[in-house]
Amino acid sequence: MGKIILEARHINKDFNDPVRVSVLSDINFSITDGEFVSVTGKSGCGKSTLLYILSTMDTDYEGELWIDGESTENKREEQLARIRNKKIGFVFQFHYLLKEFTVLQNVMLPGLKLNEYPENEIEHRAMEKLKILGIEHLALKNANLISGGEKQRVAIARALINDPMIIMGDEPTGNLDKKNSEIVFDTFKNLAREYNQTILIVTHDLKFASNTERNIEMEDGKIIHDNRLENLIK
Amino acid sequence: MKTKLVVQISRSLLIARWKQTLVAAVGVTFSITMFIALLSFMTGLNVLLDGLILNRVPHIRLYNDIKPNKDQPVTHDNAYKNSYHFISSVKAVNVRQEIRNSSAIIAYLKNSKNVLGVTPRVTTQVFFNDGNIDLNGMVQGLDPGQEDKLFHFDDYIISGSGADLLKIPNSIILGKSLADLLLADVGKVIQVTTTKGEIFQLKVVGLFQSGIQEYDKATSFASIGLVQKLLGKTGNYVTDIQIKLTDINNAPKTATVFARIFNTDAEDIQTANAQFETGSFIRTLISYVVGITVLIVAGFGIYNILNMMIYEKMDTIAILKATGFSGKDVQKIFLLIALVIGFSGGIAGLLLGFGLSLIIDQIPFVTPSLPTITTYPVNYDPWFYGIGIVFSLVTTFMAGWFPSRKASRVDPVVIIRGK
Repeated sequence: MGKIILEARHINKDFNDPVRVSVLSDINFSITDGEFVSVTGKSGCGKSTLLYILSTMDTDYEGELWIDGESTENKREEQLARIRNKKIGFVFQFHYLLKEFTVLQNVMLPGLKLNEYPENEIEHRAMEKLKILGIEHLALKNANLISGGEKQRVAIARALINDPMIIMGDEPTGNLDKKNSEIVFDTFKNLAREYNQTILIVTHDLKFASNTERNIEMEDGKIIHDNRLENLIK
Repeated sequence: MKTKLVVQISRSLLIARWKQTLVAAVGVTFSITMFIALLSFMTGLNVLLDGLILNRVPHIRLYNDIKPNKDQPVTHDNAYKNSYHFISSVKAVNVRQEIRNSSAIIAYLKNSKNVLGVTPRVTTQVFFNDGNIDLNGMVQGLDPGQEDKLFHFDDYIISGSGADLLKIPNSIILGKSLADLLLADVGKVIQVTTTKGEIFQLKVVGLFQSGIQEYDKATSFASIGLVQKLLGKTGNYVTDIQIKLTDINNAPKTATVFARIFNTDAEDIQTANAQFETGSFIRTLISYVVGITVLIVAGFGIYNILNMMIYEKMDTIAILKATGFSGKDVQKIFLLIALVIGFSGGIAGLLLGFGLSLIIDQIPFVTPSLPTITTYPVNYDPWFYGIGIVFSLVTTFMAGWFPSRKASRVDPVVIIRGK
């Protein structure tokens, strides 16, 4: 078993609007290097909420979150932004490309922010990522002039630009037709298999989930099944 | 974060909504234009109005005042040295109007470092005879060359020439209103009676208009020699010495010094014309208040536009944050956008303001009281341009500060999940 990349310890979250409702209760699990994990569950089961906590964007919770052996507790907003920049790649349900920029610029932005390589090196790497996803011919197009499936693949390329430890996806195929869903899913699978990329996807697409290596099923803010665990028991 | 990246993102956001950017910048441009044009025009008028009095009034005037002698017998009595003296019915003494040793004083003043120029004057009362009417008036004897140099004498001569006073013997320049009363014009001869009863025939060589009716009705000018002749005095008889200093603000202090040294009375410009100082200050204040109000209104315009821009760019902000940009980075981007709008709008405003000032400068403005003015006065003080650009940057910074802070606090989770 590889190195533990992400670990949730006793994560609880409540909404207080208007009455106290528990959204997540006592979530414990960890993800090791190279795993392709999906989180499934019904609408409102708290899977997206959990994902945003794991992504460090949502800091309003109880419990501990460890990323790459580091606790995110008591970290300032800027430090969390840096963790997101360097260690996490994010893919949303809606493409969320910056329409003011070209495809290539969109992919480059997190790299420029991280500022670990010179600009031409980042550009070269961005082109490489686009090539992996087979969309290098779109590089110089404006981001809002490409199709939905293409946008999502550009978003994946952007998530990859800083070679993150983990890619998180919030219903990445939720807004795509069947064909494009398959392309995006194959893309993830390819990344997991060939590049040993750790991936965590929240989805309600059971077909998608059944094809991942590990499936975490949630209900009412709790983990009810963890497929890998069962495999181990068997 | 690298500045270059901030600049790059800001530029893309600005260009993506260039129409909105333009509207915001035009708002700043308009206000700066108005600020420059207003201030240039208003202070131009101010300088003109002040000049009406200040230009032709000496900074210090040396003269002998008619007043009671301070040196009364009781002050010499040692018995009452520490007492308060009540003296009733004190009469003014008949002091000599002449300034003693005037040529030496003038020579001394001419060599003083803080004195710009000195010119003597002799003043006397006369009657202008027109048929059987006698008009009471003043003749001021002066040196036309020096007067023009120091007090812009020639600017106020509407016909004829000041230099003719020296060239033509027994010549006089009349105030315009006085000339109208006497039905006199350049080239005519008028008759004056001195206080001693002597009658002189004087040739009118020029007409003078100060813009102050009462003054023009009773004042005339002649050469110093002629006035000394009218008075029956010798060539060194001088009643006034007019002094222009290098720095007008030193006038009150210097006046007291001169009064002591030369043993005369000395009146400084601030004391003689206190109301102009006040008026000028208030007018300048009003100009600035109006100008700054215009800028603040423009600031609110920028605030609104940036606020709107941020609402439109919520998605962009959320995505930037999700991919690792911190709140500070986002704030920098929006502040830079604000400053770019402020700076470009401000520079354009300075240019347009200068252009508008040039146009105002060409508009005809003819008034009988100001013979030398033909167009509206404009003051091209570089200070206004400095204040304009600094203020445009400060207002846009302030107007950008709150929206950009709001942008930095956008919660990406709310935006992303809210879709």
